[in-house]
Amino acid sequence: MHDLLSKFDGFIAEHSGLLATGVRDPFGVVMERVLSPTRAIINGRDTMLVGTYNYMGMTFDPDVIAAGKQALEDYGAGSTGSRVLNGTFTPHLGVENALKEFYGTTSAIVFSTGYQANLGMVSTLAGKGDYIILDADSHASIYDGCKLSNAEVVRFRHNNVADLDKRLGRLPADAGKLVVLEGVYSMLGDIAPLQELVAVAKRHGAMVLVDEAHAMGFFGQHGRGVYEELGLEADVDFVVGTFSKSVGTVGGFAVSNHPKFEILRLLCNPYRFTASLPPAVAATAEASVRKLMVADEKRANLWAVSRALHGGLKAAGFQMATETPESAIIAVLLPDQISTVAMWHQLLEHGIYCNMSRPPATPAGIFLLRCSLSAAHTLDDVTEIVSRFVAARASLG
Amino acid sequence: MTDQAIAARLFALIEPFNRKGLALSADTHFANDLELDSLTVMDLVANIEDEWDINMPLNMLPDLETVGQVADAVAKLKG
Ligand SMILES: Cc1ncc(COP(=O)(O)O)c(C=O)c1O
Repeated sequence: MHDLLSKFDGFIAEHSGLLATGVRDPFGVVMERVLSPTRAIINGRDTMLVGTYNYMGMTFDPDVIAAGKQALEDYGAGSTGSRVLNGTFTPHLGVENALKEFYGTTSAIVFSTGYQANLGMVSTLAGKGDYIILDADSHASIYDGCKLSNAEVVRFRHNNVADLDKRLGRLPADAGKLVVLEGVYSMLGDIAPLQELVAVAKRHGAMVLVDEAHAMGFFGQHGRGVYEELGLEADVDFVVGTFSKSVGTVGGFAVSNHPKFEILRLLCNPYRFTASLPPAVAATAEASVRKLMVADEKRANLWAVSRALHGGLKAAGFQMATETPESAIIAVLLPDQISTVAMWHQLLEHGIYCNMSRPPATPAGIFLLRCSLSAAHTLDDVTEIVSRFVAARASLG
Repeated sequence: MTDQAIAARLFALIEPFNRKGLALSADTHFANDLELDSLTVMDLVANIEDEWDINMPLNMLPDLETVGQVADAVAKLKG
């Protein structure tokens, strides 16, 4: 028998080599208890959470929890099937209506995760003979959507307007084209020059999908995302998002004003051949989305703490992935895997949990300690986080 | 290899990624010989696209394992 797992031997050796240096496993952190959106017990220690996507701090919101409890009582623990085959529950419609209000669109389709939303949208919109043109730094769910589609897939250099223009110019003028962009790129936390990119896409007759996973709630007047902030609502055809970040639960969605959008429910495998969200999750998501419509204070605080963290780490001599704080992802650049993991480990020992990121999640050669704050953090928390970064660095000698 | 001119320009594009200083040939294998990871391959592909003003669709890449196969693909895409 040929052992199919033997092809991973190199990876297994690398991972054990990493752990043999005496560090905790950066890919195996356990939250033993969660105290609040900003604190958890990890390895028995009260730890500041600086690496969740709980941007708006909604996970423990009392209204969100109450809505979930009520739906759990009313509808039971699970949906036990696909909406197309086994039926829709009222909370599914409730959250889709909330999304339509939030985004001001005529349609909203909820998926079980954001990953599946991208997988389904990208693979179903672009079929045989069509072209998908995607940013090189796109999220894995977008790349996987490309693999699942029968379209031709063309990549352009990250956030490079001229590069997109050139590649679109090489395609047949009358072919179907889907340009896939993200508002915030989640590794470095940089935002896309959407005005220019979308203008180029439109000039070449392409439809545009923007993933606003890391922008919901705090970019644009209504918190719709970077595309709203840049005034592109009339030009973006499809927006993809997730409930796993600002909304504080789990699930994914796509919204659009396209008059034929609803038909995708019947054609899209990652929607129709998997179980829908548990009704209780849909109900928590609805409660949270509705609160995000009026979360001005949270939003202002998230920006304030994110800017303070960027400024504080930069002043302390850390090399930042972006010159200025462009989003709620504040990433610190390190030279290589060994130094990144060593610092990550020391931070955890100092009661700070952030993310260690490396290729292929990051672009080639880039190693990061990724921090992301929550609206529930205070400026005092930020001061404490920066001083623990400094202490962790000092303890490395 | 189909076209010597294409091969010569291709070798020049690959050279910056040839960390082990191998003598490049049509049979040079990207993963096994040059040990290029998937992200580095992406950079190289973007450079090749610009050199010949072509799009090299991602769906094509799994079949292009050697330098000779890429040269053939470039010739075909150039038409
Ligand atoms: C840009 C982007 N899109 C989509 C997703 C997937 O979202 P979800 O966690 O809901 O599957 C993520 C999250 O990791 C993401 O960063």
